[in-house]
Amino acid sequence: MKPVDFTYHHATSVDDALARLAASGDDAKLIGGGQSLGPMLNLRLARPGTLVDISSVEALRGIESTRESVIAGAAVTHTEIEDRPAADATERAMREVAAGIAYRAVRNRGTIGGSIVHADPAADWASFLLCADARIHIRGVGREREVRMRDFTRAAYTTALTPHEIVTRIEIPRADTGARFGFHKLCRKTGELAEAMGAVLVDPERRYCRVVVGAVGAKPVVLPAAARCLAATAAPADLEALRAEIATRAGEHDPVKLHMAAVAAGRAIDRALVG
Amino acid sequence: MSTGIGARVLRKEDARHLAGKAQFVGDLSFPRQWEVAFVRSPLAHACIRAITVPGRHAGRVFTADDMAGVQPIRAESSLPTYKASDWPALARGKVRFAGECVALCIAPTRAEAEDIAEAVELDLDPLPAITDSLAARRPDAPLVHEDWGDNLFLTTSADGDIEAVRARAAVVIEREYRTARQCMVPMEGKAVLARPDERQGQLVVYTSTQVPHLIRTGLSQTLGLDQADVRVIAPDVGGGFGYKCVLQPEEISVAWAAMRTGRPLRWVEDRREHLTAGANTRQHHYRLTAFADARGRLLGIDAEVTVDVGAYSVWPFTACLEAAQAGGNLPGPYAFDTYRCKTYSVATNKPAFTPYRGVARPGVCFAMELTIDAIARAVGREPADVRAENLVPAEAMPYTNVTGKLYDSGDYPGSVTGARRMIDLGAVRARQRTPEPDGRLVGIGFSTFTEQTAHGTRVFGAWGLPLVPGYEQAMVKLAPSGTVEVRSGNHSFGQGLETTLAQVASEQLGLGVDHIRVTMGDTGETPYSTGAYASRGMVMAGGAVSTAAESLAGRIRQHAGHLLQARPDDVSLSGGRAWAGEASVSFEDIARAWYLRPDQLPDAVDTRGLEVTEGYKPEVDTGVFTYATHAAVVAVDPATGAVEILDYVLFEDCGRRVNPMILEGQSYGGTAQGIGTALFEESLYDDNGQPLTSTFADYVVPGPTELPSMRIEHTESLSPFTRHGIKGIGEGAAIAPAGAVVNAINDALRPLGVELNEIPATPRRILAAILEARATPASRGEQGGRTCPHH
Repeated sequence: MKPVDFTYHHATSVDDALARLAASGDDAKLIGGGQSLGPMLNLRLARPGTLVDISSVEALRGIESTRESVIAGAAVTHTEIEDRPAADATERAMREVAAGIAYRAVRNRGTIGGSIVHADPAADWASFLLCADARIHIRGVGREREVRMRDFTRAAYTTALTPHEIVTRIEIPRADTGARFGFHKLCRKTGELAEAMGAVLVDPERRYCRVVVGAVGAKPVVLPAAARCLAATAAPADLEALRAEIATRAGEHDPVKLHMAAVAAGRAIDRALVG
Repeated sequence: MSTGIGARVLRKEDARHLAGKAQFVGDLSFPRQWEVAFVRSPLAHACIRAITVPGRHAGRVFTADDMAGVQPIRAESSLPTYKASDWPALARGKVRFAGECVALCIAPTRAEAEDIAEAVELDLDPLPAITDSLAARRPDAPLVHEDWGDNLFLTTSADGDIEAVRARAAVVIEREYRTARQCMVPMEGKAVLARPDERQGQLVVYTSTQVPHLIRTGLSQTLGLDQADVRVIAPDVGGGFGYKCVLQPEEISVAWAAMRTGRPLRWVEDRREHLTAGANTRQHHYRLTAFADARGRLLGIDAEVTVDVGAYSVWPFTACLEAAQAGGNLPGPYAFDTYRCKTYSVATNKPAFTPYRGVARPGVCFAMELTIDAIARAVGREPADVRAENLVPAEAMPYTNVTGKLYDSGDYPGSVTGARRMIDLGAVRARQRTPEPDGRLVGIGFSTFTEQTAHGTRVFGAWGLPLVPGYEQAMVKLAPSGTVEVRSGNHSFGQGLETTLAQVASEQLGLGVDHIRVTMGDTGETPYSTGAYASRGMVMAGGAVSTAAESLAGRIRQHAGHLLQARPDDVSLSGGRAWAGEASVSFEDIARAWYLRPDQLPDAVDTRGLEVTEGYKPEVDTGVFTYATHAAVVAVDPATGAVEILDYVLFEDCGRRVNPMILEGQSYGGTAQGIGTALFEESLYDDNGQPLTSTFADYVVPGPTELPSMRIEHTESLSPFTRHGIKGIGEGAAIAPAGAVVNAINDALRPLGVELNEIPATPRRILAAILEARATPASRGEQGGRTCPHH
């Protein structure tokens, strides 16, 4: 389990990294914390000719806090989010999500940007950021764009990112003071990827309510019917209704998996109701 | 303070382990050393049409054709119906499991060796794979070994008069049980480094093994070398569990390639190799019918055991040890007198079965313990009561059971009483009467077993294996500095033997363990030993060290007698000195007199000196029996199938405890592995024999947060047959957890009409059973198991 031979480039800036990507054709891969790419390299599932390490690019580091948003650099580690003091519901929820990812050793190196770009359907950030309606800031050579999270993840391990682009920042809209998040995942053991997960945000002030289920199907999906019901009644979720909506939205038909997904979403809703 | 038998001495080996200074095969380095990577079969069953090596890699790749003259691994047995298999170190003609070694590639680094391995082209003609041991028994199944005519390594049978029992049984329990295929997952996988030693004219093989002397024998036989021309050294070994108690094909091919190239070569198993080519243990299937009277008293057992032993028979223990042990140990600690059992050791296209900590008993214990609870439910009694009443009572000891096993000593029902008190059965039953605030269901389960340990000639001889362990030898020496050296051919791979053997010597010599050096694992420096397996180390190597140290103590007293002007019988040893009344002389002075100043000793001095090798064999060598009862309290979330172990206790008896602290460590570790078996670990295959669990993302082992805080109590029933009354304990704790945990789960799920008879009890399996029970509520009853719908 050793990777194929590759060239390693330690990028000093976003422009440097972009230039290197452009110079390498389709043969280069960005590496941040390497917590997903590392094993894939060792298993030779990923075989890049060049690795461009962006983990210490200054522009990708740090968390910015504004009145409207929390903006995390793509190379911010899960640990940095976990250890950051949380001032409001959004930051508390981010801290909770970060703290539940894998193990501390993984969190120390793994990054929020790396997580969404890898696009594992069971990744915690993928569900949370979809739930929070995050915006992904992307740079290519000579251009910048923003993509909403719901358009960013396309399918399992597939995103809207083109080969010569870099995710620079992840912008999470700040919820109102009365907002409540709920997050719940079912894992076979601590630190394992979830078998099912639910993420919920209820923000009455902004008239925003979203329910997301993850780790089923090809990518996390929004459950609008469940959200409408929650916003209207503030009542615990109906398991049968969740199951039916997940089956339709996520195309999941294994009864056990479907049940787990409905329970995870239901418990996330319960958590949001409790606050 | 004494550092002898019974002392909680800190482990000597931990000084280097905790400092990161231990020496594993992966730490070794020799001039000109290269690394090895294997080309492994991507298919489970295929004919090899061609192996093509790109010209640029000529001389870097070796196949079976290069190894002409090297014998395959072939383990014979004299048991009737047994069929031996030929397992070449590199596949010849056919591949029989995914992960089988096909070619050996060498390069300065492992990464480059893997580059070469990737470039080797295999032209394989796929054959239908057989991955299900029950299907493999059918007459139309594809054959793993064509010339056999079927897929059966061995069938055995015990024929009691079951029909007579059936007529008088008030309760008949019929079940089907399944245990998953597993990997053993030692921290260090297999690893071997071979180098020619021109000065000694020897091939030196460093290998991560439990059985260095056996590996020397095996390598000599397969490579056609004189045993004297091979030296095997097992350096620090990072866990064994049985995985490293057999001759490995990689040991043969790496040793051969080192001789062929004249270069030190090393191969270290990586985790993917381990999880695929090492998925070689635990997989049993049972059809079991139990007969009991109206109080739940066992009258008889009728069983059929099928073990999925994979493609080849391992040397020396064969593919059949597991099923033979299952048939012999299924009755376990229970007293009943009618037993019928048929066992099948079935060949499939999977890695070659290797006995894992507990050998067959984790499976049979799971089957028996679930059956006892099923009987208790059928007769409406507390399972702990029914269990205790069925166990061999203390007053019956020594007791010969229905399969002829001689249980030496102990109070088996007392272990249930002990575990029941520790876990407070009454409080758990009271708790169950009120719903839990979080909606979970609480259950309690017990599991009792006996563990045959240190069994010797009569037992292994009856199996007709290539290896029959009998005696054990040890060398004990008073060194020139006045310290003591102990040499044993057994080996320590984490079980603390380096410390406990020193404690035995300390007990006999009155010298602290800090002054006792224990050397193991090197065939060049230690007496022959068949090695560390069958929980024999403490009994056998401990007995040998005790015998040799006692003999050395006699010689030390003689020499001291000369120096102290006292009769040897009046000399006693303590604190590193020999005493006669108030007068004393240090070990250092005694050693100096013998080695440097013999003028201080009389002319008639015993010239055998201060170095003794003695052998040891227990008075009765059919094994001494450790036993224990484990009890678990679990909470099951009926919405998710998640299981939390709320409490876990062990009440154990392994005779005299040499080091209670090390023993507790063994018990914690074994229980952790058993909980892995119960709830997590499973090597899965698709219908083509492709392994589906090839990384730790798929093969789940329990971590600290999944394991309970175990509480342990001990009682000591000394064995009448062994030195110091010691019994083995290395394997025991891994045996019981599946029974205790799944009994607890079934107890919890009883209100839902769910009974699980398959492990691991994953959330998915539990949830599937609950959903199925909800869908068909009427069909559930006490008699019906999930996998037994016809009831």
